[in-house]
Amino acid sequence: MTLKELWHRLGSPRWFYQISGPLIWVLGSLATVLLVVGTVWGLAFAPPDYQQGDSFRIIYIHVPAAIVAQSAYMLMGAAGVVLLVWRMKLADMVIAAVVPFGMSMTAVALFTGAVWGKPTWGTWWVWDARTTSMLVLLFLYLGLYALRQAVPRPEAAGRACAVLAIVGLVNIPIIKYSVEWWRTLHQGATFTLTKAPAMPPEMWLPLLVNVIGIYCFFGANLAARLRLEILERERATSWVRGLIEGTPR
Amino acid sequence: MSARPGPAGLFRAQLQRELVATARSLGEALNPLLFLFLAIALFAIGLGGQREALQDFAGGIIWVLVLLANLLALEGLFRRDYDDGTLEQMILLARPGFVPVLAKVLAQWCVTGLAMTLIAPLAALLLYLPGQVLGTALLTLLVGSPALTVLGAVGAALTVGLRRGGVLLALLVLPLYVPTLIFGAGAILQASLGLGASAQIYWLMAISMLAVTLGPFAVLAALKISLEQ
Amino acid sequence: MWSRLHPEAADPAAAGAVPAPLLSLRGLTCERDGRRLFAELDLDLRPGECLELTGPNGSGKSTLLRAIAGLYPDFDGTIDAAESLYLGHRAGLSTLLSAAENLRWYAALGGSAAGIAEALERVGMAGYERVPCQQMSAGQQRRVGLARLLLCPASLWLLDEPLTALDAAGHDLVRALIEGQMARGGAVICATHQGLGLARARRLALGSVAPAQVPA
Repeated sequence: MTLKELWHRLGSPRWFYQISGPLIWVLGSLATVLLVVGTVWGLAFAPPDYQQGDSFRIIYIHVPAAIVAQSAYMLMGAAGVVLLVWRMKLADMVIAAVVPFGMSMTAVALFTGAVWGKPTWGTWWVWDARTTSMLVLLFLYLGLYALRQAVPRPEAAGRACAVLAIVGLVNIPIIKYSVEWWRTLHQGATFTLTKAPAMPPEMWLPLLVNVIGIYCFFGANLAARLRLEILERERATSWVRGLIEGTPR
Repeated sequence: MSARPGPAGLFRAQLQRELVATARSLGEALNPLLFLFLAIALFAIGLGGQREALQDFAGGIIWVLVLLANLLALEGLFRRDYDDGTLEQMILLARPGFVPVLAKVLAQWCVTGLAMTLIAPLAALLLYLPGQVLGTALLTLLVGSPALTVLGAVGAALTVGLRRGGVLLALLVLPLYVPTLIFGAGAILQASLGLGASAQIYWLMAISMLAVTLGPFAVLAALKISLEQ
Repeated sequence: MWSRLHPEAADPAAAGAVPAPLLSLRGLTCERDGRRLFAELDLDLRPGECLELTGPNGSGKSTLLRAIAGLYPDFDGTIDAAESLYLGHRAGLSTLLSAAENLRWYAALGGSAAGIAEALERVGMAGYERVPCQQMSAGQQRRVGLARLLLCPASLWLLDEPLTALDAAGHDLVRALIEGQMARGGAVICATHQGLGLARARRLALGSVAPAQVPA
């Protein structure tokens, strides 16, 4: 199958429904294995930090959640472009499916950040660059969620969210930069693409495992939510009714 | 015979229409400015009217209240046109469609961002902002407020068809205002410490320019969606 | 003024061939909130024709008109329409502006500002140029809205309940305007629940399609 064919096929929710069943199981089991391994390794076997002691171990949940929450927004902005330009139904469903996931991951990142902040900085909340931009990200997610609830017709709601997601996507780098300029207390990024991490490998390897694991979880979660959305929205079509009645098609 | 006027003619006609309409409902347009003053007075009262406290927070107070006053004005940006049916005609007839949107945004900016800049000296007086900082404060408002109007217009366009769009509008728009707030208030703070604030001013200009260039297309798309009822 | 339209259509025999349709709908299907409004609608509207769109409230008359105008995108099938002029539920007049100011704005969007006085006279609103629309009755506002039909030439008129709020003379005016458009070789679609009373109009009744079966 060429890329172009794949692109056309993606226009059909029915096709996606048919091929995505195994995807949940593959990504889901991969996510389970990776997250269990990474978390146990990180919490029980990785060496303690020489300054922060054991409290740093929350990094194994905090960082993956924060990374995936930001990636989820990027994906949603891209889906918004696809929806507005190519009118692909599946893109609308992607936006709808990503919002709750991204919102909860942002909340997890903020919560674990607060838990980490208490022993490290001596306070639950600090207005530093990253906590602030994560908070703004949470508001961006909440706005998308509220907008979808408020617009009565689902097709219009999808497009409205697409516009907002794109505007948000353009704004995110500006928000990040401005907030970084505004205040920087946070420790530097754990992973960057250009530099080797400052931590020893036995500390960052479990983190890497967890990051990959949470992406797999994101994929599985997205696929499962998309399948539900497809059934919900296509419930009047003959193929979904066929599924309900149990006739294989 | 039906030669369409060029974009410039379209822009002029729309701008004129907006300004005439604004002039005839001036009370409505002035309300956000009154709110700005009232809120500044409330801040001064709430902070005990102490010179030092007000001076320290003046930049932040002014900018936060300017954001909120802008937000109040935004609700009415497309509401009337939506209700009387001229908005759908504008979207159907205007080619290119972003031209009248730009004119509407400019007219809105005149009664919000520009007007707030012009009355800001009075606000600065109430907050004991030192005289040498005033120039910086006015400049930040002048170059930062276009971004507020355009980004706000996107939110207003998305919520114009909804019955209770007001609170939703705030939720959609305020997070997008964060960079403008940071650089605007930051510049005033820097200036009051005797430091240069040109970096922040350039940032505000860049954000406004980006917003004015790309924003009208987003507003247009959002208006079309809101008209799909 | 109407040179862009199809003058030959006024006399099909002279034109020789059947003129190209100003509006073609093919397989138009529209569903809203799980309810099917219309399905597999095929329609050709040629120069000089008028279509009366009837049906009970909520049968999709307005949605069909808005889809043809380009305001409503969620349908299946194709719509191929000439340049159209849409008169919706709402009068499309800013109440803060006068009749002439409103019409001049429309002229700037695409039309002619030259004949505003004549157009207002034709719709029975002579002398109201400088009166703010706020001070007019609903029927008077509708009449000013109708003046747009004379100022903005378009080969296809989409009228949504044009008789609303108008008196008997106003009904005659609407009929005369539509007949004029037909004689010029334009086409008209008119959604109306009370009927226009035009002898030469085609009719399409919506609302005969049963609601789509949606499993709960």
